[in-house]
Amino acid sequence: MTKIKSLADLKRIKEEVQSTIKLRENSDNPAQLVQIKVGMATCGIASGAKETMNYFVEELEQQAIDAVVTQTGCMGYCYAEPTVEITLPEKEPVVYGYVNKKKAEEIIDVYIKKGELVDGIIPISFKTIDE
Amino acid sequence: MKTLSEHILDIIQNSIRAKATLIEIIVTEDKKKDLCSLIIEDNGCGMNEEILKQATNPFFTSRNTRKVGLGLSLLKQNAEQANGSFNLVSETGKGTAVEASFQLSNLDRPPLGDVWNSYYLTLMSHDDIDINYKHVTENGIFSLKSRELKEMLGDISFMEKEIKKAIIELIKNNLKDINALN
Repeated sequence: MTKIKSLADLKRIKEEVQSTIKLRENSDNPAQLVQIKVGMATCGIASGAKETMNYFVEELEQQAIDAVVTQTGCMGYCYAEPTVEITLPEKEPVVYGYVNKKKAEEIIDVYIKKGELVDGIIPISFKTIDE
Repeated sequence: MKTLSEHILDIIQNSIRAKATLIEIIVTEDKKKDLCSLIIEDNGCGMNEEILKQATNPFFTSRNTRKVGLGLSLLKQNAEQANGSFNLVSETGKGTAVEASFQLSNLDRPPLGDVWNSYYLTLMSHDDIDINYKHVTENGIFSLKSRELKEMLGDISFMEKEIKKAIIELIKNNLKDINALN
């Protein structure tokens, strides 16, 4: 394969890809997607949020899970960076702290795929029974 | 922050919070002058004089989620440690420009790092913002405009595995061609 160096090369890749990929059915309906926000302020970056985000992007694409991964600011939990907020379709957002690659793998396998909560939740959208 | 790419990722977040629609990142290497400079310019809301004075104070931030603001302070510290300088210009309503320079041969100059990941991850998260990257060395200039990327890709998502790989490879190959620092 020749090296990709220009937009023309990229265009060639795009055309190759275009025919093989299925168009994402849910892409116009974000409520049906898994939404992942990675804290990407100074505190997050210094703790390795870039690697965490990269891992989520690669792994979810690899496993063909329909998800949007985006960056967000500091949520005020600098001590627990990298932090990640995950919103499953029709569920309340959950924030996890200390998300390195290993933790990210656990979150994908257990929470995103099976819907079972895993350790390491930061109680941010915490509600009492009375509410 | 260990690398310039982490600083870039970090400072861009300021521009995004300032509601910029255009962000320009320019890295210039000059072996003759033994200088490496990083410029990040945006067309965001800018800062007034009072805030501008405070911006590199680590105990100042415009956020209310925490009491410290280290992004610009760390960049300034890194530049000064590497025998360089730091300059911040801003005008309310027009935008902000950050310029940090480093002595190229200084042992404390941070390496460039994986600038392709910084670029890709930011682009993916904010597809409504134009992000341009330019890298200048004595061997040539590499320039990448996100608008051109988007127009070319059309409705194919940045997130497709092959597209991600191709964009990152494009940046890596071009930087290698102009013998960019590492």
